Amino acid sequence: MKTQYLLGNEAIAHGCLEAPVDFVTGYPGTPSSEVVDILRAVPGRGYYIEWSVNEKVAFENALSAAWCGLRALCTMKHVGLNVAADPLMTSAYTGVTGGLVIMSADDPFAHSSQNEQDSRCYALFSRLPCLDPSTIQEAHDMVRDAFALSEQFSLPVIFRPTTRICHSKGDTVTGEPVRNTRKGEFHKDPRQYVVIPAHTRILHKKLNEKQPALKKALVEKGYNTAVIRGRRAVVASGIAAAYVQEILPDDVSFIKIGAYPIDEEWLAAQISRHEKVLVVEELHPVVEEAVRQVAGTIPVSGKKNGIVPYEGELSTASVAGIMKSFGIAPREEYPVTSAVADLPPRPPILCAGCMHRPVFYTMRRVFRDGIYPSDIGCYTLGLQLGAVDTTICMGAAVTVASGIAHSGDARDIVATIGDSTFLHSGIPGLLNAVYNGARMILVILDNRITAMTGHQPNPASGVTACGEPSPQVSLEAICRACGVSWVETVDPYDLVSLMATLRAAKDQPGVKVVIARQPCVIMARRANLRRGRFEVDPATCTACGVCIGFGCPAIEKRDDKAFITDLCSGCGVCAQICPAGAIRKESRAEGKR
Amino acid sequence: MSTSFDVLMVGIGGQGIILASNILGEACLAEGRSVKGAETHGMAQRGGSVEGHIRIDGKFGPLIPPGSARLIIAFDMLEALRYAHFLAPEGTIVSNSRFVVPTPVYMQGFPVPDEVSLRERLSAWSLCLVDADRIAAEAGSSLSQNVVMIGAASWFLPLEPASLLGAIERLVPRKTIEINRKAFELGRAAGEKCRTGRQGA
Repeated sequence: MKTQYLLGNEAIAHGCLEAPVDFVTGYPGTPSSEVVDILRAVPGRGYYIEWSVNEKVAFENALSAAWCGLRALCTMKHVGLNVAADPLMTSAYTGVTGGLVIMSADDPFAHSSQNEQDSRCYALFSRLPCLDPSTIQEAHDMVRDAFALSEQFSLPVIFRPTTRICHSKGDTVTGEPVRNTRKGEFHKDPRQYVVIPAHTRILHKKLNEKQPALKKALVEKGYNTAVIRGRRAVVASGIAAAYVQEILPDDVSFIKIGAYPIDEEWLAAQISRHEKVLVVEELHPVVEEAVRQVAGTIPVSGKKNGIVPYEGELSTASVAGIMKSFGIAPREEYPVTSAVADLPPRPPILCAGCMHRPVFYTMRRVFRDGIYPSDIGCYTLGLQLGAVDTTICMGAAVTVASGIAHSGDARDIVATIGDSTFLHSGIPGLLNAVYNGARMILVILDNRITAMTGHQPNPASGVTACGEPSPQVSLEAICRACGVSWVETVDPYDLVSLMATLRAAKDQPGVKVVIARQPCVIMARRANLRRGRFEVDPATCTACGVCIGFGCPAIEKRDDKAFITDLCSGCGVCAQICPAGAIRKESRAEGKR
Repeated sequence: MSTSFDVLMVGIGGQGIILASNILGEACLAEGRSVKGAETHGMAQRGGSVEGHIRIDGKFGPLIPPGSARLIIAFDMLEALRYAHFLAPEGTIVSNSRFVVPTPVYMQGFPVPDEVSLRERLSAWSLCLVDADRIAAEAGSSLSQNVVMIGAASWFLPLEPASLLGAIERLVPRKTIEINRKAFELGRAAGEKCRTGRQGA
């Protein structure tokens, strides 16, 4: 046992090593990505680990490993669970023999997500157990023990940390990693693993029969607890429980929900000892609905009477406000302050030298009247450059483009999607667009890596999660195999070629694919690729502002003229767009800096 | 007011806030103290405004309530002002005296923030300005600015300088230990001026 200052995801990864886990899959997604990133970097590991192509694929691989008796972990962000929902729902029927833990990391406040959905609803929907940690220590302990829980009930377990668990840090007590000794073996049992109607009806009944014992076990294991201290009670779950504990006065009862399904009998017994009850939780009122069902005439406060918000994340300060409106004086008082109002915003932006920027710049010039469906990745930041009109979910750039095309809008439709997102779920959409004769252009922004989530490799990278070489998939061949006859590859730093290629695509019928390929500039820097910097000749610069409008963070204004800072990565695109020819490669020899 | 000593670190994605927060966390463990923290990961790191919460002696939630931070360590003067409302009335801001103009200022034509007015507005709080760029260069690498800032802020932290230095030595890349040790000492020297109430460079 030792105490370490760990990131939540580090603590979770460590808990998996202590279980130990035998089989790990996942698809990157903030805030879940570091768990696989940490586990794949463990030297001498005895478990199998992969970055999968998408969450459904990750889930099914992990499920079958658990059918073979292994302890399997499958990680994803909350919206990834939508992709994996198909196997998830039926895996509750088939069950598992080894332990299967699905980490679905929720993102209240949508720090880095397209919505604020609540993975606990999937637990209710599928009737699978769900563990909901309130601290990093709990996250560590829960995931360590979740595999055994899964084995005990032969059910997959949903583990649901949130952003403020995954990306928080704290002093955490960890144990020793355990060596892997299990070997997977599949035992044929069609009544369990072939879900034809005759089998599945029986399996459904079995799933329901497991529920009462499961609910009791979650109380017995100490996940759902109650400390009765007065006639008023606060019920809290997830990280909201930590916020409540920080400021809850001593004469108020504290009921903590760390796992679902909740045992209604137990809950009713706790609630009945109080005159009024407040439920504090983030996102969906999962606990509140359970409390209201058993509360009878005892008044319950929470989201449904407007005291707790449905949206966003909570904090100690906001929970203090909630307690006050419920009629409890919190142990701490926090001053009301407001931020300085008139400061310029500093949103995240595409890096200096990012290959996406010249693509967006050129698209807007070639297709002035175009419609630009886009997708999930760093390139969603193309919104700031006016080149992203839609984003809904992974892979939807392609299908939104074909849908608009078939709707009869006569404008050019130019969709953008990254390499990893295309491989994740863009391919079926492309196949469909070709099959049904859409008129559209798909630009694949191929930087050979899953950049936004922290540079995880994918089948276009040529290496596996463990750094083993793998065949580098040809996006061109995939597109051609989908039936696209016009596929062109271009270097996005070569503005003339890029423009010519997009113009040529404009004139072609049907589905056209342009693959813009350059390594992610962060990866290029890590690989020590040096291109030399560019500079502005102030005597030639006319202060026209064209390069400023390009939006590169390395280009600033100094005395009204353009100036290139140390952030320059040497892509040279600004030199190609400067109408005055004032930007050139730095004359100083490289290596002087 | 929180029972923990809350430190908010603010800056721009890529400036090394995560390492700086790890240094404070490790120093807490070295002194046998509890600590909680929260930080920005993911897309927001792409040159955006980022924050790191560190709650020394914290036992519960990782987020610092606004108006409660005893110390703000700002790696950029504009970001110091953006987060100044997190400071407790008796708290101190230790800030880099330089700032990066956000790209949208040029693209969308916002007024360009100027150094004099930033300094003036920040002087409404107890302020210690440190030229971290210059000091880091003097230490041997512009990448050591985060350690310079920790050195300067060490006068205001409830942690022993030896604990901080020990954490720095354990956490920075081995071949940069010497540079970072120097960065810490030079930063600490620069911060000392602020203890007497005078604002630094």
